[in-house]
Amino acid sequence: MDFHLDEDQIAVAEAVAGVCAKFPGRYWQELEETGAYPEEFVRTLTDLGWLSILIPEEYGGGGRGITEAAIVLEEIHRSGANANACHAQMYTMGTVLRHGSREQKDRYLPEIAAGRLRLQAFGITEPDAGIDTTRIQTRAERDGDRYIINGQKTFISRIEYSDLMLLLARTTPLGEGAPPAEGLSVFLVDLRDAGDAVQFSRIPVMFNHHTYQVFINDLEVPVENRVGEEGRGLRYIIDGWNAERILIASEAIGDGRFFTEKAASYATSRVVFGKPIASNQGVQFPIAEAYAAVQAAGLMRFKAATLFDSGAPCGAESNMAKLLASKASWQAANAALTAFGGNGFAREFDVERKFRETKLLEIAPVSNNLVLSYVGQRVLGMPKSY
Amino acid sequence: MRFMNVVVCVKQIPDPAAPARLDPSTWTLEREGKLILDESDSYGVEMGLQLADQAGGGEVTLVSMAPRNETSGLRTALAMGAARAILVSDPVLGGSDALGTAKVLAAAIRRAEPDLVVAATESTDGYTGTLPVQLAELLGFPSVTFVKKVTVGDGKVHVERQTEAGFDEVETPLPAVITVTAGVVEPRYPSFKGIMAAKGKPVDQLTVADLGLPEGSVGAAGARQEVVSVEPAESRKAGEIIVDEGDAHTRIVAYLEQLKVI
Ligand SMILES: Cc1cc2nc3c(=O)[nH]c(=O)nc-3n(C[C@H](O)[C@H](O)[C@H](O)COP(=O)(O)OP(=O)(O)OC[C@H]3O[C@@H](n4cnc5c(N)ncnc54)[C@H](O)[C@@H]3O)c2cc1C
Repeated sequence: MDFHLDEDQIAVAEAVAGVCAKFPGRYWQELEETGAYPEEFVRTLTDLGWLSILIPEEYGGGGRGITEAAIVLEEIHRSGANANACHAQMYTMGTVLRHGSREQKDRYLPEIAAGRLRLQAFGITEPDAGIDTTRIQTRAERDGDRYIINGQKTFISRIEYSDLMLLLARTTPLGEGAPPAEGLSVFLVDLRDAGDAVQFSRIPVMFNHHTYQVFINDLEVPVENRVGEEGRGLRYIIDGWNAERILIASEAIGDGRFFTEKAASYATSRVVFGKPIASNQGVQFPIAEAYAAVQAAGLMRFKAATLFDSGAPCGAESNMAKLLASKASWQAANAALTAFGGNGFAREFDVERKFRETKLLEIAPVSNNLVLSYVGQRVLGMPKSY
Repeated sequence: MRFMNVVVCVKQIPDPAAPARLDPSTWTLEREGKLILDESDSYGVEMGLQLADQAGGGEVTLVSMAPRNETSGLRTALAMGAARAILVSDPVLGGSDALGTAKVLAAAIRRAEPDLVVAATESTDGYTGTLPVQLAELLGFPSVTFVKKVTVGDGKVHVERQTEAGFDEVETPLPAVITVTAGVVEPRYPSFKGIMAAKGKPVDQLTVADLGLPEGSVGAAGARQEVVSVEPAESRKAGEIIVDEGDAHTRIVAYLEQLKVI
């Protein structure tokens, strides 16, 4: 059992922290005022190779594992930045890498690794199908050497800033013989030549995030853009869930470190009644408690990441890491906001912004309720709730 | 142009974010923990890389003197793109003064046969600001300080040198020593591939004996400078706040006039 980061991993953490220092709170505050996308931040991370770290070296990527990717995202979030604008560029390609054809990999992965092609939109959620993914209604009908796709998606993040979108659609309608988990397929949609067939409008949300409603009308997708076999799409997607959970957990852990470090330093310097507020245990203990929770979640996350990178099953650990980390960061967010008092609400301290941002991690990409169902049913063998 | 060999002097220092401590017996800075690349030197590294690039062929060699064979800071500069490093590390070098350090660096730099030597105007942790010119003297190279812009060609270096009033244009034959001030270029961030490549780059680790320097000429034994006492810096006084009641501009002007800055 070794709880240490190796030399490379430390170098990764330090380098990412160094770049993020170039994008301080002010940068994010200004973006929020205009609702703009963090172009320069994303460009910088892309150019330095941080977003292609999971792509194998043979395709021009960094050839590293989920552990290093986790470190990258944790450091981004720890700095006070937010990786939502680009984290999916790191891992969405995983579906193509694991289930795509040789030709798809050769065509797309080197371009993605070089930062010339953005694959960071993933269309699953629909207005009438949230955590129950099998209920999606977007339909792909085969017509010779192409599919015609129609339907509607919601909360599809970054589609405006993506060249390709991975799309989950039904190739066999629900109730036409196949079990619910079958009959779904995954497509690589080239948004650059989709024209009017794909339209989207931004959904204003409680922090500066770019997520959209998407309308798909008679979209033609060539058969060679289907990833893997027809009807097996849900499996391919589930296959990427562990990686995603580990990475989302890492963002939460980064947020948790941001909150506890900020809170500890603020509470130590803020003097009320003639002494630092941190000397009161009512202020100090919630921060210490949150810190312990963040650290514990960090361990579960590294256990999950280590299992993942060695190819071992890690469903339980990945789910638990996501659960514990998102709860810990929310706990830390509350401790920090309380410790900051009125200043917690002031934009310039970044606490209120991160507070709004970190809440998402309990809900998306997967709700903690579903994570608890996984632990209750798949790990502990209790009966299903759905 | 022909292949250009740039040497950049880099200092590895304790993290300035952590509180600094002086050894009470020697009044020298404690350098126990991990050392990092002095930010002042990252400008020199960047400038060196740009010059080597512009020359159409060239390399940056780092030269550093540091305790305990420390390479963390060098790795950062190697990850930025420097090709190799020469590190002088020797227990006898503890307590070196500026001239002693210059002697060590000069001996190491000679091995690299540079066309140009780049150093920071001054380092961040403990500094006298005299090392680069001592280095130039020992190497027998001309030196140009406070450089903000450099071009190299025809065996000469042409620089814009920061002055109080503006800048001087200066030209000097190569090899030469130049010192760059912070902020003149934007140091690049190490990329992931840069970091990985840095691991395989050569770091030549040398001792005083390897450099052929006479014993007693460097380190504490050779130091001619002695720190006799250390006083804490005066804590900064609170500034004067001018609240604008419509006349703030005239009061600010009056204040600046009183300081004789305008
Ligand atoms: C900012 C943002 C970005 C997003 N980006 C994307 C994206 O890029 N691509 C994409 O496809 N989706 C995206 N989503 C959608 C996200 O994945 C879903 O919102 C999430 O999975 C929850 O689905 P839902 O909103 O439909 O909730 P619902 O399915 O309506 O569930 C609502 C609540 O009920 C609970 N619940 C439902 N059934 C049960 C049960 N049986 N037991 C216990 N609790 C239950 C859920 O846990 C949840 O708390 C995004 C969402 C947000 C807010």
